[in-house]
Amino acid sequence: MAMNYSEKVMDHFTNPRNVGEIENPSGCGTVGNAVCGDIMRVYLDIDDNGVIQDAKFKTFGCGAAIATSSMATMLVKGKTVQEALEVTNKAVMEALDGLPPVKVHCSLLAEEAIHAALWDYAEKNGITIEGLEKPVNDISEHENGPHPDEEDDE
Amino acid sequence: MSKLVYLDNASTTKMRPEVLEAMMPYLTDEFGNPSSIYPLGQRASDAVAEAREVLANILGASAKEIYFTSGGSEADNWALKGAAHANASKGKHIITSAIEHHAVLHVCQALEKEGFEVTYLPVDEGGLVSPEDFAEAIRPDTILASIMFANNEIGTIEPIKELAAIAHEHGVIFHTDAVQAFCHEPINVKELGVDMLSASAHKLYGPKGVGLLYIKKGVRVNNLIDGGQQERGRRATTENVAGIVGFAKAAELANAEREAEHDRQEKLRDHAIERILAEIPHAKLNGAPSPRLANNINFSFEFIEGEGMLLQLAARGICTSSGSACTSGSLDPSHVLLAIGLPHEIAHGSLRVTLGRDTTEEDVDFAIDSLKTTLENLRSMSPLYEDFKRTGEGSIIAKMKEEGFPYAS
Repeated sequence: MAMNYSEKVMDHFTNPRNVGEIENPSGCGTVGNAVCGDIMRVYLDIDDNGVIQDAKFKTFGCGAAIATSSMATMLVKGKTVQEALEVTNKAVMEALDGLPPVKVHCSLLAEEAIHAALWDYAEKNGITIEGLEKPVNDISEHENGPHPDEEDDE
Repeated sequence: MSKLVYLDNASTTKMRPEVLEAMMPYLTDEFGNPSSIYPLGQRASDAVAEAREVLANILGASAKEIYFTSGGSEADNWALKGAAHANASKGKHIITSAIEHHAVLHVCQALEKEGFEVTYLPVDEGGLVSPEDFAEAIRPDTILASIMFANNEIGTIEPIKELAAIAHEHGVIFHTDAVQAFCHEPINVKELGVDMLSASAHKLYGPKGVGLLYIKKGVRVNNLIDGGQQERGRRATTENVAGIVGFAKAAELANAEREAEHDRQEKLRDHAIERILAEIPHAKLNGAPSPRLANNINFSFEFIEGEGMLLQLAARGICTSSGSACTSGSLDPSHVLLAIGLPHEIAHGSLRVTLGRDTTEEDVDFAIDSLKTTLENLRSMSPLYEDFKRTGEGSIIAKMKEEGFPYAS
């Protein structure tokens, strides 16, 4: 039983920041899958200067998954797209005072969810974000997902 | 944290004060070794003998058929390894079920590595082993079968009497892990016809670290722990005198109130099941509604993951458990929930509530009220729930309900 969470993890799990949706987001990404027990969806509102004005999330997952989503969205807010790429899973973990070893994958998922939302933003705007690779874990295929036409391309 | 609402009695139970009182002398002044010849040792020896007699009577066995162990897991290990090794010359095939406790399943896997073959019988959606499947699985080289009396996660009670009779028609030794059922359900080993039975003290308000294995007279079982001549030469280690005395005291008390407590808990259980189905949408009862342990409530809640639910309930002082992968440290959800056919998605969102003799209706209602709040909160955060609300599609439990499963909301 993974009860050995830091106080910060418990705080972000109990009172998660930035839960919710953004209407007409600049970018939205969903990663993970229900079979493994973790799904994260991140919405980003990015202004014309490429600064992340708002970030929201919804997460299906354990305490650590919710806490890392909360922290990751907090960390990218106010940052430029380029700066947001530096919000790695390590940065999220450090900001939470660490995670139990079995929960490290949750922080990776948070990083990927941010990347998936940024990828969506880049595609929508026809731009390339230096250093951003297409997230492999993006499972979103529903009508609000970031790649509504992707199935046609494959 | 305010009041502790302990609803995890399948995991362990709170030891009764009378049990501690019975044990105290053997933890203090009456510290003798039962193997010693002087009176201090003999009094300890007498206490162990008396405890053995009490437990034998409850089980309908003879005292010579009761062997004390360090707990349920050791009893299961001993029964399976001991009987497999002692009878290997007759054959190397063993039958068990897919929903056994790991103390049986992992032993079977260990035996497979030694060259034994194991059939893991599937169960139906309620968790029941079919006697027909069992009979069909028996081969000429089958030597041993082990099917649990009642499942620890979903509470389903297996048709042990019928299975044991089938085993005996074919000369197969039959063991049952009755850790969840002993002193909770009526068990008489002679009426049941089992050859071996495992039980544990801490599931019935006794101490941890003590259990028993019933071995019917004449059943060949090799030793697991060699050494001194304790337990009639079949299990070495200086007796856990205080634990054994506590085990017998706990069993005596639990057995005396068994029927009344069974009925009381069963009513509470059914009250909880009815409330959850009526008040919480997208919920599904796991395990057979009947026959089922009187204290077991196991539900899957869709669109959420179990660990978050447990943590939020724990923040309110409510102790429960889950079959979610996140609570076990592995990536897969409970093998029991997968064996009854639950898709991974809803197996991750399971909750087990197990009542005990201290549980009141107020406790149950408080837990369900808290559960409602917790689920609303977690669902409001869930992308799966968001998708479901937007499209009205993708609910696994709704589909089960449409297909006629009655215990779903």
